[in-house]
Amino acid sequence: MKKLSVLMVALCASVGIAPGASAQQLTGTLKKIKETGAITVGHRESSIPFSYLDDKQQPIGYAMDLCMKIVAAVKTELKMPNLRVNLQPVTSGNRIPQLQAGNIDLECGSTTNSVVRQKQVSFGPTYFVINVTAAVKKASGIRQLSGLNGKTISTTSGTTSVPLLKRYERTKNVKIKEIYGKDHAESFLLLAQGRSAAFVMDDILLAGQIANSRNPADFTIIPESLRQEPYSMMLRKDDPQFKTLVDRTIGAVMKSGEIDAIYRKWFLSPIPPKGINLSFPMTPAIKEAFAHPNDKGV
Amino acid sequence: MKFDLDWGVFFNEIPGGGERYADLLASGVAWTLVVSACSWIIALILGSIIGTIRTTRRPWIVRAGDAWVELFRNIPLLVQMFLWYFVAPEFIAPLKRWVIEADPIYAQFLSAVLCLGLFTSARVAEQVRAGIQSLPQGQRQAGMALGLTEPQVYRFVLLPMAFRIVIPPLTSETMNLIKNSSIALTIGLTELTFRAREMGEYTFRFFEAFSAATLIYIAIALTANRAMALIERRTAVPGTMASGGTRSR
Repeated sequence: MKKLSVLMVALCASVGIAPGASAQQLTGTLKKIKETGAITVGHRESSIPFSYLDDKQQPIGYAMDLCMKIVAAVKTELKMPNLRVNLQPVTSGNRIPQLQAGNIDLECGSTTNSVVRQKQVSFGPTYFVINVTAAVKKASGIRQLSGLNGKTISTTSGTTSVPLLKRYERTKNVKIKEIYGKDHAESFLLLAQGRSAAFVMDDILLAGQIANSRNPADFTIIPESLRQEPYSMMLRKDDPQFKTLVDRTIGAVMKSGEIDAIYRKWFLSPIPPKGINLSFPMTPAIKEAFAHPNDKGV
Repeated sequence: MKFDLDWGVFFNEIPGGGERYADLLASGVAWTLVVSACSWIIALILGSIIGTIRTTRRPWIVRAGDAWVELFRNIPLLVQMFLWYFVAPEFIAPLKRWVIEADPIYAQFLSAVLCLGLFTSARVAEQVRAGIQSLPQGQRQAGMALGLTEPQVYRFVLLPMAFRIVIPPLTSETMNLIKNSSIALTIGLTELTFRAREMGEYTFRFFEAFSAATLIYIAIALTANRAMALIERRTAVPGTMASGGTRSR
């Protein structure tokens, strides 16, 4: 934590002193962008509403809007108005190797900023805070996480929910059976078919699945939290110039209140492709993240 | 880009449990082997029957056999897996009830074994049919001339030779089956590839996890290959085309 704050101070200082990256020697990602004339943004295909494909197969979403702010800042910083922007789909399985291998320069999706991941990659300011909780059928009568004792629970393999669920099982001394879907749609299908009593996942992703289902009124999200997790964009580690630019750009969007309009657009209004409204107002944790931009992991 | 590899990661503890990653992979290997073995038995039995009836002289039986092969061979394995696991129970009420009540692992295991077994049975049937048809017509006719019934011709004349001939392609099918079992991860069966992915997700050491999985798959497939080669040599009839002796020396 101390190291992080030292880094932040150093970063702020460097922003203050250096009028622009052009004046100093370019390093890391910015150097790569300058040399290749292109920036590659990694996006997800079905992380609604953060980063997903619309009906024209174009990546859109809340995280994409924020990343495009960074792209615009890169253009100004490097004085490259004709910068090529490549879009590269990534999955939760390959996003970190893709970033490390240099196939993408920035990952814009629904990636949890965790301390473990920080050993391999770096994160921009937190742009969303989720609660890991469970979606259940209203008819099941389950209204608390403790009501899941003895039940079968579906979750998506490869997500942070899996170890979380295991820990909950051990500490609370409850017995649950897990089934894994390969993606969120499949995990939700297990719940909808009645094969699992609950689907444990990030609340916003649950809201997305429910809004997309045939009968959204049949489902409800338990207002408890296994854990809070910050979402952020991912960039390569040990790349202070690019990190500074990302922090400065996103920090400004948050401080200026510009973020409110972007948030409203994706979480409180009908969104493409089906015109579904997630109706997911800002939680106190999200408001806090916008008021004090930070890259703290969990 | 350089990747710093950490091979000690297999001995780290997994989050939320007293096991190590090596144990996680080992449990995956066990599932891979059990699923492969069970589906192989189904594939061999059904494939032999279907392959054999396709060489009989009864058009409607032949057509039924052809339909079987085309059905299971022409639908992508991934889709078949999804159909068995998600769709089939929706149409069969008692099955649906069982799927909801029983431990989910049974439904995953049953779906995976059925799916892989039936898919591979179509491929085995093709090999067996080809094996029987590769025998000279005279063998069948000689059998008939001796007064053997049709089942006897198959039992004592055609099949003993045909099976020896198709051992090499069946070896490939065995190895394919083992590798295809990784598709079961899409229905959440915790086999080797599932565990390798899981380990990658926890540790972000994808290279180490998948290197280990690759080596394990090679070891399993190679063992199956050697076992089949041994069977081939042991059952070889001296002086015939299928003789393992003439192939290896």
